[in-house]
Amino acid sequence: MFHIEKQWLRRAPLPRSYSNYFGRKLFLLFLTIHGIGAFALISLGVLLRKWTVAPNLMRPMIFRETARAGVKLLPMFVFVALALGFLTIGQAMAGLTHLGAAGAIQYLGSIMVIVIVRELGPLLAAVLVLARVGTANVIELGNARALGDVEALEAMGIDPVHYLVVPRVIGMTIGVFSLTVYLILGTLVSGYLFAFLQNVPLTPGQYFFQLAESLTSLDFALLAAKSLLFGFFIAIVTCYHGLAQPLRLEEVSRVAVRAVSQGIVVCVVVDALFILLYLVT
Amino acid sequence: MSDQPTEIVIEMKDVAVGTMRDQEELVLENVDWTVARDECWIVAGQQHSGKSDFLMMTAGLMPPAHGTYKFFGSETRIFDESRIADRLRMGFIFENAQLFPELSMAENVALPLQYHRNLPLAEAVKAVTALLEAMELKPIADVTPANLPRSWHRRAGLARALTLQPEILLLDNPLGGLDARHAQWWVRFLDALWRGHVLLGGRPMTLIATTDDLRPWRNDARRFALLKDGDFVPLGSWKQVASLDEPMVKELLSAPIGLA
Repeated sequence: MFHIEKQWLRRAPLPRSYSNYFGRKLFLLFLTIHGIGAFALISLGVLLRKWTVAPNLMRPMIFRETARAGVKLLPMFVFVALALGFLTIGQAMAGLTHLGAAGAIQYLGSIMVIVIVRELGPLLAAVLVLARVGTANVIELGNARALGDVEALEAMGIDPVHYLVVPRVIGMTIGVFSLTVYLILGTLVSGYLFAFLQNVPLTPGQYFFQLAESLTSLDFALLAAKSLLFGFFIAIVTCYHGLAQPLRLEEVSRVAVRAVSQGIVVCVVVDALFILLYLVT
Repeated sequence: MSDQPTEIVIEMKDVAVGTMRDQEELVLENVDWTVARDECWIVAGQQHSGKSDFLMMTAGLMPPAHGTYKFFGSETRIFDESRIADRLRMGFIFENAQLFPELSMAENVALPLQYHRNLPLAEAVKAVTALLEAMELKPIADVTPANLPRSWHRRAGLARALTLQPEILLLDNPLGGLDARHAQWWVRFLDALWRGHVLLGGRPMTLIATTDDLRPWRNDARRFALLKDGDFVPLGSWKQVASLDEPMVKELLSAPIGLA
């Protein structure tokens, strides 16, 4: 019923006025939020309720999904971490020339914590996983939905959310968290490497001390919570678009594009909520 | 003859059937149908007559649009979590088998055992060896479906449906698109299942199959029904079917164009 309403909205004639257009878009937005929210709750419920169901089948699938959304992306993340460290330190040194070399050096640790640890690290890790694994999720699940695999699972008495969604949610949540940690560590190291190559007079000890001084326990807690939530929501948004609505094969690519856009929006919204938390605390 | 009343396994009263994509778009109405235990029903109809949707509704994959559907005496709409035991009393074979492409044939067949009995893969595959042999799938057990013809997919679909030893088997056009060798194998094997196959401990099975060609199903013990113009029409036994003066039945009984 729900998807029929949405399809009708999308097929409605072109808007006669901007108010109609924005009203329709707003209504679609509410329907999407409602759908994704309901799907998130259902998936979470199945995950908790069926944690002990068929572990011999589910655990290898969870490991496989974790490897897909984590370990297999490590080479790309090493490259991004190297580039990000070089860029951040390079820009910082260039931007702080008015402080003089000695003045700029004392801010390097704080800049790395504020830019990389608090913001760019988790967000970039989430967006990269969304692009690499999230799109694959939508296409795989969209094809499965369109070709009748969901009905095949139901006919065997296998819960499609348990079999298809839960391993992906766990895998992407762990994957994004782990890759965020590796990306941040890699960026901090490569940042120092760049400073060293540029003959910046900063010892590893001083750099580490600056980092440690800028980091608080709240940073660790929020970093963990943020990256776990990013992973969870990316998985939910992509699985929702792949699975929750009946699809035809020709609709899968369009849905994949929509899922990526909405995944990025969800990450930015979650990120904004965490900035509010920082401001409040 | 036993005096005990025959158990009714499926009972439909005034049931309407929608399509899987849009359950409000009706393909069948006023279905009144009763299936007793160990009966074999062949539901015939032309393409797009609603055979697959009807079978999917019977399998509890979608609810009836209206009317009453009782499965083993309990009113049923779809088999949700609370009725998983009922769901497993029924096996379903899709026309295109619906195997999972990333799994091998053996893994596909073993999947229900892995999920419902929590068997590790090696043990589950070992447990389905007899089924694989009976389906002549043993030599291709490690091959993924993409590398095999569709006729073998359907046999794997049959093996998968039998893994948990259901009491009722629903088959969506099992002979559609098969060559003569495969079609003969299917008719013989389904006949053996219906009468009680050794794989299922000799226990007879209730079979419901759809078809768009009645000829291979000729057998006096089977019961037949026709889907025509949105109606479900019980036809009776083969003798009654053969004597009918109904154009669509004659069409379903005639040889395909070019093969007459």
